[in-house]
Amino acid sequence: MFRFVIACLLMLTGPVMAQFRVEVTGVGMTQMPIAVAPFKGENASPQKLAAIVQADLERSGQFKGIDTAGVAVDELSRPDWSAWRQRSADALVGGSMTRLADGRYDIRARLWDVVKGLDKAEFRDTVPAADLRQSAHRLADWVYQQLTGTPGAFATRIAYVTKAAGRYTLWVADSDGEGAQAALASPEPIISPSWSPNGQQLAYVSFESRKPVIYVHEIATGRRRVLANFRGSNSAPAWAPDGRSLIATLSRDGGSQLFRIDVASGEARRLTTSVGIDTEPAFSADGTALYFVSDRGGSPQIYRMPAQGGPAERVTFNGSYNISPSPSPDGRWLAYVSRIGGQFKLHVMDIASGQSSPITDTAADEKPSFAPNSRLIVYATVAQGREALMTSTVDGRIKARLAGQGGDIREPDWGPVRP
Amino acid sequence: MRKTLFVTALLAALLAGCSSGVKLNDVPVEDKSASTSGVGSGQNNASGVANVVTDKAGSGVGPAGVAHVVFFDYDSFVVKAEARPVIESHARFLQANKQRKAMLEGHTDERGGREYNLALGQKRAEAVQRALVLLGVPDSQIEAVSYGKEKPAAQGADEAAWAKNRRVEFKY
Repeated sequence: MFRFVIACLLMLTGPVMAQFRVEVTGVGMTQMPIAVAPFKGENASPQKLAAIVQADLERSGQFKGIDTAGVAVDELSRPDWSAWRQRSADALVGGSMTRLADGRYDIRARLWDVVKGLDKAEFRDTVPAADLRQSAHRLADWVYQQLTGTPGAFATRIAYVTKAAGRYTLWVADSDGEGAQAALASPEPIISPSWSPNGQQLAYVSFESRKPVIYVHEIATGRRRVLANFRGSNSAPAWAPDGRSLIATLSRDGGSQLFRIDVASGEARRLTTSVGIDTEPAFSADGTALYFVSDRGGSPQIYRMPAQGGPAERVTFNGSYNISPSPSPDGRWLAYVSRIGGQFKLHVMDIASGQSSPITDTAADEKPSFAPNSRLIVYATVAQGREALMTSTVDGRIKARLAGQGGDIREPDWGPVRP
Repeated sequence: MRKTLFVTALLAALLAGCSSGVKLNDVPVEDKSASTSGVGSGQNNASGVANVVTDKAGSGVGPAGVAHVVFFDYDSFVVKAEARPVIESHARFLQANKQRKAMLEGHTDERGGREYNLALGQKRAEAVQRALVLLGVPDSQIEAVSYGKEKPAAQGADEAAWAKNRRVEFKY
């Protein structure tokens, strides 16, 4: 009973500890100016939807928020076009939140094209109070898709790990870092969280048994089990697209080699047979190939081989240390970390051409992970002496810091689109 | 009565705050002694890995008056000459106490990626394992694991700290 109380106390304090403020920096090529007016009724509600939506849109790098200057707009308004054009807005969002008798909220919103002076689309959602943030993210996704033609990825989740006072916590949060809830707390390190393709489970490496062991953890229920605790070290889990197996790095045969592990049976089958270290597997966008890190050539480089195992071809050729491959879901890009002059810098490679560019000006970048719409990358870095999570557009122009309180923050993984 | 009120209030607050998304697993937060239970531990399998009997590692001490750590040079996985006497002491201890098991924990300094460093720490632990085996210790009394860069012995971003972190520790 006492243990349960401790666990729940941790869960209650979770969201307070992990309050993030989004700081957006950089200038993009084309940013559509959009005004998102405070929602009618949001002052009385637990969540301020307009601010969440505006922050999402700005973090995407494709929108610039326009101050609505206290003008009241809801979904029934008839906007004053010349006034909005004077404020330089190209698009306008206004809406309302109404608390229903059963405690749920009825959300309504409208999107206007200010340039053409047209009503463009209408949004409706009904949610319990606990899901208001998710509704705001769905609204942001809807605006994003209406105006860019690309699906948004705001109504998704990220997992990450914090370390504070020598204790480690695995968190599940909204894609903006807010609303974090603790999934696991431990006195020993937790690394390499990896979302299952259906977004219901996390695989991760926990050292709670005084050695690295891979767990599979069902987020909604908290039920978890050991997936891989073979002799030696077990790490770097990567889910196969069908969710029925994971690729992992095991040292049970000596060294560090890649194995495929069947989720149901726990059976492991070896995939690589190199004399060096093979680790950090990551499936290609179409699931037919595996990117991974190997130092079989003398120093760590990124390779690609068929997902069933087989001959590997080298992918990175610049520099002597290239690790942490993260392919974009649309198959276009490969994010990775390269050590240049002692600094660890996030790079993005155009897969078709093989051309790479560094996209940050920080020096301790780790663990890039693409958003499911391939438009943003989340990564860990050190800024002003503290570990932090950042998001960046693929070209590196717009960055947002998810500034955390309460300890160092690392090991992000971006979850899939939620059904 | 007061305790019941407190618990009730806590549970009420908890129910108000819990949303449907994530449930905290009630993992015991106290330290546990290491136990290698779970899927895959101690299995015989087609590749012929020895069946490791998982004695409760961490439940005892090793040879008295002997260092339980050896250090490594930068970018090196070779057991240094000055580490040999330590390794020989542990080898003698394990040969004299055949029911005891040693966990060799490999570590790296803080530079570099987490997973790659985990593999480098594993290389160091296995180098010590090979040295013990060459001295006659049965493989089944040793398990080589890695913490990578997760558990530095010394904080700091300079060679003095890094040198203290490139190590293998003996745990019993």
